[in-house]
Amino acid sequence: MVGENKFFDEMSGHNGTVRDAYAAYHDWFAEQDAERLAKKSQDAETFFRRTGITFNVYGQSEAQERLIPFDLVPRILAQREWTKLAKGIEQRVAAINAFLHDIYNRQEILRAGRVPKHLIVGNEAFLPQMLGFSPPGQVYTHIVGTDIVRTGEGDFFVLEDNARTPSGVSYMLENRETMLQMFPELFSKIKVQPVSDYPKNLRRSLAACAPSSAGSKPTIAVLTPGIYNSAYFEHSFLADQMGAELVEGHDLRVVDGHIAMRTTQGYKRIDVIYRRIDDDFLDPLTFNPESMLGVPGIMDVYRAGNITIANAPGAGIADDKAIYSYMPDIVEFYTGEKAILKNVETWRCGEPGALQYVLDNLKDLVVKEVHGSGGYGMLVGPAASKKELATFAEKLKAKPGNYIAQPTLSLSTVPIFTESELAPRHVDLRPFVLVSPQGINIVPGGLTRVALAKGSLVVNSSQGGGTKDTWVLED
Amino acid sequence: MHLTITHTTRYSYETPVHYALQKIRLIPRDTPQQRINDWKVQITGGNREVIYHDQHGNVTELMQIDPGASEVSITASGRVETRDTAGILGKVYGSIPLWLYLQHSKLTKPGDGIREIAATLEAAQDKLTGLHDMSARIAEAVKYGSGQTYAGTTAEEALKGGKGVCQDHAQIFISAARAAGIPARYVSGYLMMKDRVEQSATHAWAEAHLDTLGWIGFDVSNAQSPDEHYVNVATGRDYLDAAPISGLRQGSGDESMIVSLQVQQ
Repeated sequence: MVGENKFFDEMSGHNGTVRDAYAAYHDWFAEQDAERLAKKSQDAETFFRRTGITFNVYGQSEAQERLIPFDLVPRILAQREWTKLAKGIEQRVAAINAFLHDIYNRQEILRAGRVPKHLIVGNEAFLPQMLGFSPPGQVYTHIVGTDIVRTGEGDFFVLEDNARTPSGVSYMLENRETMLQMFPELFSKIKVQPVSDYPKNLRRSLAACAPSSAGSKPTIAVLTPGIYNSAYFEHSFLADQMGAELVEGHDLRVVDGHIAMRTTQGYKRIDVIYRRIDDDFLDPLTFNPESMLGVPGIMDVYRAGNITIANAPGAGIADDKAIYSYMPDIVEFYTGEKAILKNVETWRCGEPGALQYVLDNLKDLVVKEVHGSGGYGMLVGPAASKKELATFAEKLKAKPGNYIAQPTLSLSTVPIFTESELAPRHVDLRPFVLVSPQGINIVPGGLTRVALAKGSLVVNSSQGGGTKDTWVLED
Repeated sequence: MHLTITHTTRYSYETPVHYALQKIRLIPRDTPQQRINDWKVQITGGNREVIYHDQHGNVTELMQIDPGASEVSITASGRVETRDTAGILGKVYGSIPLWLYLQHSKLTKPGDGIREIAATLEAAQDKLTGLHDMSARIAEAVKYGSGQTYAGTTAEEALKGGKGVCQDHAQIFISAARAAGIPARYVSGYLMMKDRVEQSATHAWAEAHLDTLGWIGFDVSNAQSPDEHYVNVATGRDYLDAAPISGLRQGSGDESMIVSLQVQQ
């Protein structure tokens, strides 16, 4: 582990000296027998197969069930690193909620000219049906999964805000469970903050957002599109873990002014719906009339104040990558403070000058669709062939406003266990944030995604990424 | 003018209803052009689930048809005091920003025909005159008549077809005004035809917004601006936003609808 690291390695920094947060783990690892660890790695895979954590990959001819590879070397953050991160995320998430409320009501930020109107006008993620309405508790983003990347000792950046239905929290929980089962001795040696409270906190946070007409124990349901969805495992897992109902659209209907689910004892009223289906499919009476997944009338019941929808319809406007580029202004506008967490430098290709720069430097940049997610439809310049670059340049020229570009980041690395040794691989981090009128709660940890191929910078599970357990140490 | 209105919509279903919802926008509000006295919506064969203001400020009700019902009727009735403001509603704004009324919806997306009409409006020196001229031109191009268009017909399709009803006239007007950079919206409501009590159907017209005057109404089908014979019930970006009744029904079998409308002084 000695030598110059081109990228910041979270275990050994730039110069090969083991960083404090990793010292205890590093000592433990040095004492381990490589063969035993290799065996453990296989055990982990068996464990995941047995619990049923699999993942469907979109865009393949057959919906292929695949395991997200798990790496047994944890990603470790010191308490003080986490505290700073959490403060930054909290500030940003509070600003995003204020932004959404403003955009769907007075639109002061547009009138002040701090965010250009044209980014909202005609944006499909902007829902006119939300105008002039305040959701219960004035919360729009009940659950957020902020994507964080790191490039140096103190250099954290927000890559994406994921204000609409972020997935992956089940992996955070299962990864910890797996580590606890495989290496119980490690956790007695090293004090790691627990993440197992997440389902309980999720339940509490959602319940605190229930309409005022709900009783003291609001009924919560997870609305899933069904078993063919790539995240179905997570939907059923979360419902089970927090003691909520798992429902599909056809289980629900309007009863006495509320949304209710069919049970063996008749219809039972639901107060909070944690929906894992897209806005467009949510209500055929208000949005896409062809939708078979949604609940007819839910938007009417919502506007009448009789149900909480998490996350709020229309929250996705905050995920637009052109809006993202204004996030430092958005934070300042609503909190009156400078943003604690930095944004990644972003060129808006729709702006004159920016497009030319992006075309001239395409091979060094990452280009993303403004409405895209999950790593689909993006170009990673340094990894692209000449032909791919040329094809993408044409797409860019045809619809420049549809794209933003960012520099290829020198993402930090964390070692993974490869057969017998440690090898650095690039990572990102998705902490999970819960928002309610009672406050913002961030579970200490999150989902660390790791690009398993040597040198690769793409961590998305749909693009061959794996995951790691994420530790926040106790002081 | 004091108008007394009774508007009944009766649906009959071939097979009894299993589960069906209807969204109802039949409650007019006070505006500078009208004051509402004693208005009510009565439902037989169904149950009101919720009532709320939608994004356009329309008082909207969600109704569930009684399971097993084979007929449901919805009656909106009451008295409205109207006044003639030469078609000008004025600078009355809700929660929708004006720029949203410049956005085309699926039903008002312009094609070549509408763009040509819009170009004339765009070139007009005086926009108010331009809007009146445009209204006359649309009435000329699309003869009033039913049977050729339906609820899902787009403005451009209706223009091409050359025949349509008030809904088509209003949507063509809206589409062209927007294409010319003038915010415009759809209004559904009632019109008292002077020669009769029994009206054939609910009416629809358009409103355009000029910075000088605010919102101004244009009834293309009757070649006039709304006066004291008109009652504004709901507004929206197009027919779908402002439709008096729209619904969704599970199960098979045909349905039929009969509307009766009386508007009198």
